[in-house]
Amino acid sequence: MIAESGHYALVLALGLALIQSSLPVLGVRWRDPILMNVARSTALAQLLFVAFSFAALVALHVTSDFSVVNVFENSHSLKPLIYKVTGVWGNHEGSMLLWVLILALFGGLVAAFGNNLPLSLRAHVLAVQAWIASAFYLFILITSNPFLRIANPPIEGRDLNPVLQDIGLAVHPPMLYLGYVGFSISFSFAVAALIEGRIDAAWARWVRPWTLVAWIFLTLGIAMGSYWAYYELGWGGWWFWDPVENASLMPWLAGTALLHSAVVMEKRNALKVWTILLSILAFSLSLLGTFLVRSGVLTSVHAFATDPTRGVFILLILCIFIGGSLTLYAWRAPALKQGGLFAPISREGALVLNNLFLTTGCATVFIGTLYPLALEVLTGDKISVGAPFFNLTFAPLFVPLMIAVPFGPLLAWKRGDLLGAAQRLTAAGVAALIAVAVLWAWTRGGSAFAPLAIGLAIFVIGGALSDLAERTGLFRVPFATATRRARGLPRSTWGTVFAHAGVGVALIGIVCETTWNSEYIATMKPDDVAKLAGYELKLDGLAQRQGPNFREMLAQFTVSLDGKRLSTMTPSKRNFTTRGSSTTEAALLTRGASQLYISLGEATADGAIAVRIYHKPLVLLIWFGPILMAFGGMLSLSDRRLRVGAPKPAKAMRGLQAAEQVV
Amino acid sequence: MTRKRRRLTIIGGSLAVLAVAAALVLNAMRDSIVFFSTPAMVAEKHIQAGKRFRLGGLVQPGSLVRGDNLAVTFTVADGSTTLPVSYKGILPDLFREGQGVVAEGALDPSGVFRADTVLAKHDETYMPKDVADALKKQGHWKDDYGAKPDVNAGAQGASRAAQSAPPARQGASQ
Repeated sequence: MIAESGHYALVLALGLALIQSSLPVLGVRWRDPILMNVARSTALAQLLFVAFSFAALVALHVTSDFSVVNVFENSHSLKPLIYKVTGVWGNHEGSMLLWVLILALFGGLVAAFGNNLPLSLRAHVLAVQAWIASAFYLFILITSNPFLRIANPPIEGRDLNPVLQDIGLAVHPPMLYLGYVGFSISFSFAVAALIEGRIDAAWARWVRPWTLVAWIFLTLGIAMGSYWAYYELGWGGWWFWDPVENASLMPWLAGTALLHSAVVMEKRNALKVWTILLSILAFSLSLLGTFLVRSGVLTSVHAFATDPTRGVFILLILCIFIGGSLTLYAWRAPALKQGGLFAPISREGALVLNNLFLTTGCATVFIGTLYPLALEVLTGDKISVGAPFFNLTFAPLFVPLMIAVPFGPLLAWKRGDLLGAAQRLTAAGVAALIAVAVLWAWTRGGSAFAPLAIGLAIFVIGGALSDLAERTGLFRVPFATATRRARGLPRSTWGTVFAHAGVGVALIGIVCETTWNSEYIATMKPDDVAKLAGYELKLDGLAQRQGPNFREMLAQFTVSLDGKRLSTMTPSKRNFTTRGSSTTEAALLTRGASQLYISLGEATADGAIAVRIYHKPLVLLIWFGPILMAFGGMLSLSDRRLRVGAPKPAKAMRGLQAAEQVV
Repeated sequence: MTRKRRRLTIIGGSLAVLAVAAALVLNAMRDSIVFFSTPAMVAEKHIQAGKRFRLGGLVQPGSLVRGDNLAVTFTVADGSTTLPVSYKGILPDLFREGQGVVAEGALDPSGVFRADTVLAKHDETYMPKDVADALKKQGHWKDDYGAKPDVNAGAQGASRAAQSAPPARQGASQ
C-alpha cells in the first residue's frame, strides 16, 4: 500500500504542477489576481505531495520491503538503519525523487516567503518552476518509477554498493542537489523577467539571496564530496577532474559569477542583460550535470543507466529548457533597458573581470568534459581528458583572477583608483613576497611554481584582511574605534572578506598537498616500521572482525614522532559478502591541518600486507577554504539588506503596477 | 569615457581573455590528451614506445604474477590479441583475473606495457564502458557481462565513490 500511495502522490504532484504551469500565466494575462494566486497554493500543495511520496520511499527502504524493485536492488535487511535511509538517494530513481523534492521545496519557499514579490512576478516565477517540475515528474513516472513492484518478491535484497555505505552519502548528495536545484530559482526569476519584459535593481535584490543559498549549498556539497572521495577511496586523491565532478564545478563557477554580477545589478543597475544570461546558464549547467550523470553517456561509473530512453528523455528536457530560455533571451533581452555607466577601472569593472575569468574557466571545463563525448560520437575515437588538460587550461586562467580578487573590493563604484588600491594592498603584497622568499629558501623539492602559488594565496588572504583594515581604519584610529566600526560594517562586507580569504586558504592547501605530499608504498609484516616525513609507523598486527554486513581485516599501526608515541591508527579492508566486493577504509591521523593517511592493499600468503602511507601537509585547508567561503556566504545572507523576504511594500506596489502596464 | 568606448574596452578585454583561453585549450589538447586502445588496436596501429595511452581489456586468467616489492605483471587480452603489462604498486580493490581493466602508461622498447596507473572502474558485474564497447565491436561480448548493470552508483557524490579503484599511484592524476 505504501508504494502505491507514494506513486499516487507523485501523480497528483504532477497534476498540481500542470495546473501551476498554466493557470497563473493565464491569470497574469487576464489580470486576474485569483488565478495568479493559484500558483502559491499549488506550489505548497505540490511540496506536500512530493514530500509524502519521498517519505513513502524512505518508509519502504526502512522496512526493507523487497517487493519493491528499488528496495530489492539497493537495500539489504542487515544494512544499518542510517544506510537504509541514505540508500534511498543512492540510486537513480531515488535520487531523481530527491531532485524533484528539492525543486518543490524551493518552489514552496518562494510561495511561502514571496509575499513581498509583485503578484505577477511571483505567478510567473512559480509557473516556470512548475514547467521544470512537470518535466521531471513525467521523467520519473515514465522512465524511472521508484515504486515498481516485483511479481515474486525475493526474501533478501541485493544491498547497496559498499562504497556508498558511508556517512558521506547522507550529506553530500542532498547538499549538492540543494545547490544544483537552487539555481532553478534564479533561472525562473530570469525567465519570468524576460516574459514580463522588465527588470530592475529590486529584481536583483530578490534573486541574490536565492542564488546565495544555492551557492552556499553547492560549495559545501562539492567540498564534502571531495573529502568523502579523499577518505573513502583509499588513495588520498581529492579531485579527479572526473566528468561528474566537472558537472558540479561548472554550475558553481557560473553561480559564483552570477553572485558577483547580481551585486553590480543591484547596486548600480548595470549588467542586467548579462545577469539574466548567467542565471539561465547556471541552471542550464545544472541540468547538463543532471543529464551527464543520469543518462549514462559518460565513461564513468555513473553510467549505470543502460536504458537509453532515460538519456533521450533528459536530453529532451535539456534541449527544451536550455534552448527555450536562450531563445526567449535572444528575443526579449535587447528590449531590456541599459543600466548605469562605469569606467573600466572601477568596482563594476573588477566584477566584470571576475565574471569574464569565471565564465571562461567554466568554458574550458565544459570543453574538457564534453569534447571526448563529441569526438566519440563524431569519429569513434576514444580519448580521456584528465588532470593534465585542466591543469594547463583552468589553472592559468585562475592566476589573473586571483591577482584581481583583492583589488575588487578596494575600488570605488563607477570610477576607481587603481594606484590607490595598489597602495592599500602594499602590506598584502609584501607579506606575499616574504612568503615566497621564505618558502624558496626553506623548502626542498617540488615545483618552482609552488612558492609563487602560495605567495598568491597569501596575497588573496592579505588583500581580504587589508580591505577589512581599510574599512575599520585599523592601525589609523584607536583600537576601540576600529572595533566599533567593525561591528557596524554590513554583514555582506564581512561575508566578502571571509569568502575571499577562503579562496586563498583553499589554494594554500591545494598547493601544499600536491607539492610536498610524501608517500610510502611497500609490503609490511607485523613489527615492520615505516618512516615517513619524520613519523615512524610500526605495524603491530593484523586482526579479523565481523561487521553488521561485512567482514573486515584490521591492521593496527603505532605512530610515533621523535621516539614519542603519538597514537594508533587502524586502517581496514572490508569484504561485503552480498556483493562479493571489498572497500578500503583508510585511517587518518590529523596533526594540525596536516594528515597521515594509511590504506591497505592485498594481504599476501606469508602474513604480510601491502600498505600505502601518505603524509599530506596542510591538506585540511583544501576543505577549510570552502567552509570559510560558505560561512562568508551565510554572513552575506544574514545581511539585513538581503535577508530573504525583507519586506519592501512600496517597491512591490510599484512593481505590480509596472508589470500590469507591460502585460 | 563614452558608452561606446567603454563597451569597446570590455569587448576587447573579453576577446583577449577568450583568445588566451582558446590558445590554452588548443595547446592542452595537443599535449595532454590520452587515447584509448585495446591490445588489438595496439598491434594494428604500431603505437611507438614511450607514447602514453590507456589500455583496456580483460585480465587474462592465470596471467597475474606477483613479484617482489609490489611489482606485478599480468596480461591484458581482448580475445584475439594479448599484451603483457607490468606495474608496481597496489592493485585496486576490484582488480580480478578475467575482469575488465583499464591501465594507463606507455609501451617500453621490448613491447611490454608499463602502467603507472591501473583503474578498475567497475564492480564484479560491470565492465568499464570503453572495454565493453571494444569487446562488443570484436564480437567477444558475453551477454552475462551486462546482465546485472551497476544500478547502485548513486547520486552525485558517488562519482568518486564509485570510482572505487582510482589510479593506484597518486602522481598520475594530480
